[in-house]
Amino acid sequence: MNLTLKIWRQKGPEDKGGMVTYKVTDISEHMSFLEMMDVLNESLVAKDEEPVAFDHDCREGICGMCSLHINGESHGPDKGITTCQLHMRMFKDGETITIEPWRANAFPVIKDLIVDRMAFERIQQAGGFISVNTSGNTQDANAIPISKHSADLSMDAASCIGCGACVATCKNSSAMLFVAAKVSQFALLPQGKIEAADRVKNMVTQMDLEGFGNCTNTGACEVECPKGISIENIARMNREYLRATL
Amino acid sequence: MTTLNSRVPEGPIKDKWTTYKDKIDLVNPANKRNIDIIVVGTGLAGGSAAATLAELGYNVKAFAYQDSPRRAHSIAAQGGINASKNYMGDGDSNYRLFYDTVKGGDYRSREANVHRLAEVSGNIIDQCVAQGVPFARDYGGLLDNRSFGGVLVSRTFYAKGQTGQQLLLGAYSAMNRQIARGKIEMFNRHEMLDVVKVDGKARGIIARDLVTGKLERHSAHAVVIATGGYGNVYYLSTNAMGSNATAAWKIHKKGAYFANPCYTQIHPTCIPRSGDYQSKLTLMSESLRNDGRIWVPAKIEDAKAIQQGKLKPNDIAEENRDYYLERRYPAFGNLVPRDVASRAAKERCDAGYGVNATGEAVYLDFAAAFERYGKEQAKIHGISNPSKEKIIELGQAIIESKYGNLFQMYEKIIDENPYKTPMMIYPATHYTMGGVWVDYNLMTTVPGLYCIGEANFSDHGANRLGASALMQGLADGYFVLPYTIGDYLSDDIRTGAISTNSPEFDEVEKSVQEQLEFFINNKGTHSVDYFHKKLGKVMWDKVGMARNEKQLKEAIKEIQGIREDFWKNVKVPGDLNELNAELEKAGRVADFLELGELFAKDALNREESCGGHFRDEHVTEDGEAKRDDKNFAYVAAWEYTGKPSEAILHKEELEFKDIELKTRSYK
Repeated sequence: MNLTLKIWRQKGPEDKGGMVTYKVTDISEHMSFLEMMDVLNESLVAKDEEPVAFDHDCREGICGMCSLHINGESHGPDKGITTCQLHMRMFKDGETITIEPWRANAFPVIKDLIVDRMAFERIQQAGGFISVNTSGNTQDANAIPISKHSADLSMDAASCIGCGACVATCKNSSAMLFVAAKVSQFALLPQGKIEAADRVKNMVTQMDLEGFGNCTNTGACEVECPKGISIENIARMNREYLRATL
Repeated sequence: MTTLNSRVPEGPIKDKWTTYKDKIDLVNPANKRNIDIIVVGTGLAGGSAAATLAELGYNVKAFAYQDSPRRAHSIAAQGGINASKNYMGDGDSNYRLFYDTVKGGDYRSREANVHRLAEVSGNIIDQCVAQGVPFARDYGGLLDNRSFGGVLVSRTFYAKGQTGQQLLLGAYSAMNRQIARGKIEMFNRHEMLDVVKVDGKARGIIARDLVTGKLERHSAHAVVIATGGYGNVYYLSTNAMGSNATAAWKIHKKGAYFANPCYTQIHPTCIPRSGDYQSKLTLMSESLRNDGRIWVPAKIEDAKAIQQGKLKPNDIAEENRDYYLERRYPAFGNLVPRDVASRAAKERCDAGYGVNATGEAVYLDFAAAFERYGKEQAKIHGISNPSKEKIIELGQAIIESKYGNLFQMYEKIIDENPYKTPMMIYPATHYTMGGVWVDYNLMTTVPGLYCIGEANFSDHGANRLGASALMQGLADGYFVLPYTIGDYLSDDIRTGAISTNSPEFDEVEKSVQEQLEFFINNKGTHSVDYFHKKLGKVMWDKVGMARNEKQLKEAIKEIQGIREDFWKNVKVPGDLNELNAELEKAGRVADFLELGELFAKDALNREESCGGHFRDEHVTEDGEAKRDDKNFAYVAAWEYTGKPSEAILHKEELEFKDIELKTRSYK
């Protein structure tokens, strides 16, 4: 297939940036979206032009590195996947595809389609852990039984890959789904309950400091999340926060 | 040629580690505050090491090329992590885990290291549960286990199909706690480009800030390399796009011996290649082989028709299918170890029986499992005389609950419904058992320079068992290195801070800068990927699943040719002092082009077949791998002397005092 690509190009954080149009030809419908981007970049290198910078690494939907806003949707038109798992068969021959970086004040553009997600790191550092020594001299792993139900819910929350699609899709640029996923993972486990109050307060405080918006229950984050993290986690975080601050 | 000293302590194998720890030199807590350690790579090994070293009180600087430690490729491990907890009461023990790992590695690993690994395996699970890793549990609330290839017990702990992710997030959370305390200084989007030695000891690194492009000097009293394997030397592999061997290769060029590069694991259950544009290969968990049956058409004309799209798999009658693993290995059937399963697939495809347009795929068929589970479910639900459709429907529901995410992933990539038509699979490079040579302390042949996780060579011999990589990474990082590094650093408590204003740092930074400038100024004719793909093709065709003298010699010549061409004609656009992905790739491919040659040289030297290394000249009468314990029960550790072709071989003889050397048989 032949496609027209409108891609956000921005030399660096200080550059104003803008959309640039490219053509790609002979694209196979079996290619992944990022393989199509590889084809574009190879053709740019051949013409002595600078290739388009974009984040990617594992290319199997788990590292959370890839982060493209395609035709107005985080990770593009398919559901339950990351950009690297999107395939060209989702597009039609002759189509024009718009490709932008994540848009949020807390995620400044580094170059082209690459954004700085250090805000997520600082939120995790504010409390996204259990304060246990890494000595291995803890109690036996089976000493505290955990109900299968709680363990499964905790796992569902823990499957967040930290890509930031929730923020990019939210009209308020809210990071509530991301923060709630981590808060929930620990709050659902006995090991995490000890520090639950401090954790939720510290993580939410940091989230606000980073300039993320608030949640207005639109639910777009849940729809665009490649791992299907439920907004029930946001409700759980709000309960945890209320309990911690009362 | 000299003999290497592995520094394995004396005494009975089960007491070695305990006795050694009791006698090792320690650094007191006040002195630890004055000692700096650099950790390069933040996957399971590097992340857990950085967190633990910081916890002990050392000042840690950690480096990752991604934008967060959480994105290291350990995250992609699906299946699970082994530990000899014996929670299932099926006779597991430290000894059995030790034995299975040594046997699975085809008797080419160091006994003492493997036993230590088994000893600390249980602690890993305790540690991870305490950190909030949500492992799968049974209805009684206790931890669940599953079974993996090559063993007879259930000892694999798992978190859905995302065990690596959860373990890495556990180590990452431990790192975050130390970053918040200021004990770890984290350098994201940084790549180590060389090591700096002062008076023969590793004292720092030169790293490039991948955003600004600036070179930075970082000093420390010890340097730990935890940068994973070199599978991307094949261009296509299940590794991440950025996974590279640069740190490991640069330290090799500065004196660290590189061991057994030819031991590479080709994983049998990956999604086949579909075209030349392919950028990477995707693994499907080995657990699928519990329920799927692997086959190709028995008749060559059927295979040809399928390749041309004239027949579909479901058109082939049962009697015209060749379930070749069940035929060749009746005892283990579809659950033979990875190396055996991969070679058997290649053998059929080379003979012309492959089942997609490229001729490089075999079927993994769940039809029998649908029926088996369906009948069982019909009985459980009291459905008498169920229709065939009902049985299949019930059976498919069970398979979906076990492997639903994998089936969905397959459908997204291939665009075929694996519930309706058999999956297609083909082997792909997955893991490298070889790596930087380390002694019992995990120290390389350069004092103060350590290497842990997949990047080193020590624990898996010539073949790694499933769910053992995660175990080794975390064992090295949480429980081994933090002890052994103290023994070395106890001599460094009076050294004080290491200056980066020294001729040694000047010299290394200059050489790094020159190479970067060369790439930008070369203005050649071909992109970096062009050369990487050429290298990958030679590696796959001639240094792949089966190797022989003629092809290995050809490969060495061809790789030298590609390397020469690369240094003449590579083209890197953009500038030095900016984010430049092509420039990053150029440095990595330059190193792969040297490593690939040493890889082939090592394969040529090893005149036997063992584990992932299969030589056509060394086979039994029925076509199985033939080991030569008399002449090759050693670790081949290569010393760099200026060119890969002139590398000098050093041997570490492997002693098997506690396990009898036997021919592996899975028949």
